[in-house]
Amino acid sequence: MINPIALSVNIGNLELRNPILLASGTVGYGYEIAKFLDFSKVGGIITKSLSLKPRKGNKPQRIVETTAGMLNAIGLANVGVEEFILSKIPFLETLDTKIICNIAASSIDEYAECVRMLNDQKVIAAFEINISCPNVKDGGLIFGNDLSSVTKITSKLRAVTNKPLIIKLSPNVSNISDFARAAKENGADAVSAINTLVGAAFDIKTKKPKLANITGGLSGPAIKPIAIAKIFEISRKVDIPIIGIGGISNCDDLIEFLIAGASAIQLGTINFVNPFSANIILDDLNKYCIQNKINKITDLTASYKL
Amino acid sequence: MNQYFCKITSNRFITKNTFILECECPDLVNIIKPGQFCNIKVSDNLVPLLRRPFSISDVQNKNISFMISLHGKGTEILASKKEGEYLDILGPLGNGFDYTSNDFSKAIIIAGGIGIAPFPYLIKKLKVLNISFECYLGFRNNTEIINEGITKYSVATDDGSFGVNGNIIDLLKKELVYNSGYKLFACGPTPMLKAVQKFAADNNYNCEISTESAMACGFGICQGCPIESTHQDDHFMLVCKDGPVFNSRDVKL
Repeated sequence: MINPIALSVNIGNLELRNPILLASGTVGYGYEIAKFLDFSKVGGIITKSLSLKPRKGNKPQRIVETTAGMLNAIGLANVGVEEFILSKIPFLETLDTKIICNIAASSIDEYAECVRMLNDQKVIAAFEINISCPNVKDGGLIFGNDLSSVTKITSKLRAVTNKPLIIKLSPNVSNISDFARAAKENGADAVSAINTLVGAAFDIKTKKPKLANITGGLSGPAIKPIAIAKIFEISRKVDIPIIGIGGISNCDDLIEFLIAGASAIQLGTINFVNPFSANIILDDLNKYCIQNKINKITDLTASYKL
Repeated sequence: MNQYFCKITSNRFITKNTFILECECPDLVNIIKPGQFCNIKVSDNLVPLLRRPFSISDVQNKNISFMISLHGKGTEILASKKEGEYLDILGPLGNGFDYTSNDFSKAIIIAGGIGIAPFPYLIKKLKVLNISFECYLGFRNNTEIINEGITKYSVATDDGSFGVNGNIIDLLKKELVYNSGYKLFACGPTPMLKAVQKFAADNNYNCEISTESAMACGFGICQGCPIESTHQDDHFMLVCKDGPVFNSRDVKL
């Protein structure tokens, strides 16, 4: 009799049945991807960034494909917290997986207000705080690039909620571990890394930017080595659980992220290409663990040999 | 909507730049509607990464076909696919044309260039329902004319090398006999759709346009294909989910 492989991981108080999460902005509010996935095999989903009031988002063109990746400048289009509670929460309550609610805001007070309004919703298992959206002028990245803002946002939100608090870090900084440390010291349970990298693309015929917003966030396999380096940096310098994100498209990628220091991972861009990826990758992860005689998935985290 | 791995039954060029890719997909043929599309993974590699959206062009027995114009790397790879290879398809996606509502006396099909793609299938369905139709097609020149699966058509070319010299609106003004009971169905480049939208408004035609947009997922999660609504200013609609077919009154192009 083979012992079942322990795939569950804990991120602070957040217990996940397996380390595979689906990244914010790549699963909508759950409904749109539900027809593709068996959620009972998914660790959790992170809902599309919410702001206090609805946001229309950027004008087209919002998306452009690049080599092994894509740029997006959606501009945080979302329904706002009130509508989310009214029309999105009831469906999320039917899903057999952990729901993590991503918040994006233009001010520290707005972050706090969003979390306060959502805190009583039982279905929300944790909050992920987007301090690093590169696509809006009035927030996001400016916080993610400023250590004192990360300190203020984290401590303020810690005072508002007892739910696990995950700070989503920007890779567009010199020393990401400083930001992870600020998050930890002010009460965050985990960090997720990395958000998209600022990128741009021009049309060589018209000489115009391909995105209406000019710059966008680069995601997909193209950014994977950067994510690995950033996660490794945090892992070596700060004792905080890391949720790894950045171009993961198969089980080998997932394993590599765990080895580099991640406790769990998020699938992002791959959900657009193969919306059923989370289930396939979990099957492959089980096979990998059997083949490599791994009994506990947590043994892989930060198992790098230098 | 589901994922299908479909065996390619034929792949042939019909003009210098346009080809028809046909594959076997018995599950899709019974559910797909004219004007809906599929999102195709053109290769297993990371480049191109994203799927490519294409309208269903025709349905025959167990087979569906796509009419595709060479545009870049993705379409080049698709053009090189051989009979017997498999296509990874997500579909059916989007809403499709509303042609069964019985509120029009004749379907006026208007296509610009590769915008003709969804119409062979629509025409097939109109024939089954015994709904009369006529087609107005615009191309840059006589080498680009596509008439595969199209009957009862007139043509305009920008350079006058075939048919009426001018654009699609010139053709409509010249040859379409006005009848307020007609319904227009248009697909083509956005500038053409804008002109058709105005033509429909000026003449009080009911008109559906099939729009195009870059998109990543094709089913509403990436939010990459916004289109402005004429009714609601606080949010965009999505081409993939709310469209790609819209009543021309409902969108700002």
